[in-house]
Amino acid sequence: MNVKVKFFAVFHEMFSRREENMELPEGSTVMDILKCIESEKPEFADYYDIMQIAVNWEYATRNALLKNDDEVALIPPVTGG
Amino acid sequence: MFKIVESEISIQAVIDAVDTPGAGAIVTFAGIVRNSTRGRRVRYLEFEAYPPMAEKKMKEIADEIYSQWGLDKVAMIHRVGRLEIGEVIVAIAVASPHRDKAFEACQYAIDRLKEVVPIWKREVWEDGTEEWVKPS
Repeated sequence: MNVKVKFFAVFHEMFSRREENMELPEGSTVMDILKCIESEKPEFADYYDIMQIAVNWEYATRNALLKNDDEVALIPPVTGG
Repeated sequence: MFKIVESEISIQAVIDAVDTPGAGAIVTFAGIVRNSTRGRRVRYLEFEAYPPMAEKKMKEIADEIYSQWGLDKVAMIHRVGRLEIGEVIVAIAVASPHRDKAFEACQYAIDRLKEVVPIWKREVWEDGTEEWVKPS
């Protein structure tokens, strides 16, 4: 299956892109995406405890199951307002 | 009205969005770019958002306000891009028949926005350095 992954703010800076399409086996979870991304930049793991993930515009847990065409966003700590 | 915008915010726009004949009180909040933060001089700020999710989360905050105070007239606008000192970052308006609930709900709206709405601030300082703000 294919999911779109979006990078914002500090993650956009870290990975030099705003989004990418990722091909994943069926049954993959949010955590699988995090591991995949971490393999590119180990320093990404520093954000594990403070970041959130959104799937289709809603905050999701790390063990949430993904499906084809999901939009997954890596959400750094929010600092709006 | 729940919007992420790139252009200048009019506070009147959020007031107009909640103003109805039943409103006896309208409380507004405006967040403004200030000239220093944590003792450093700020040159300007940049904001980035995830607009579809940000607007969805703002609507959810309004739903929470309805559940808690029974008020259904809430408007929120947050700007993105480069903002100069003195410009409006965010404007919120809450209308109510009486003022007490409107004050409480407006405070709740900005507090929740800062907790859950996917928006990020980058500080650019007078000395030329800059970084994405880390939450305190």
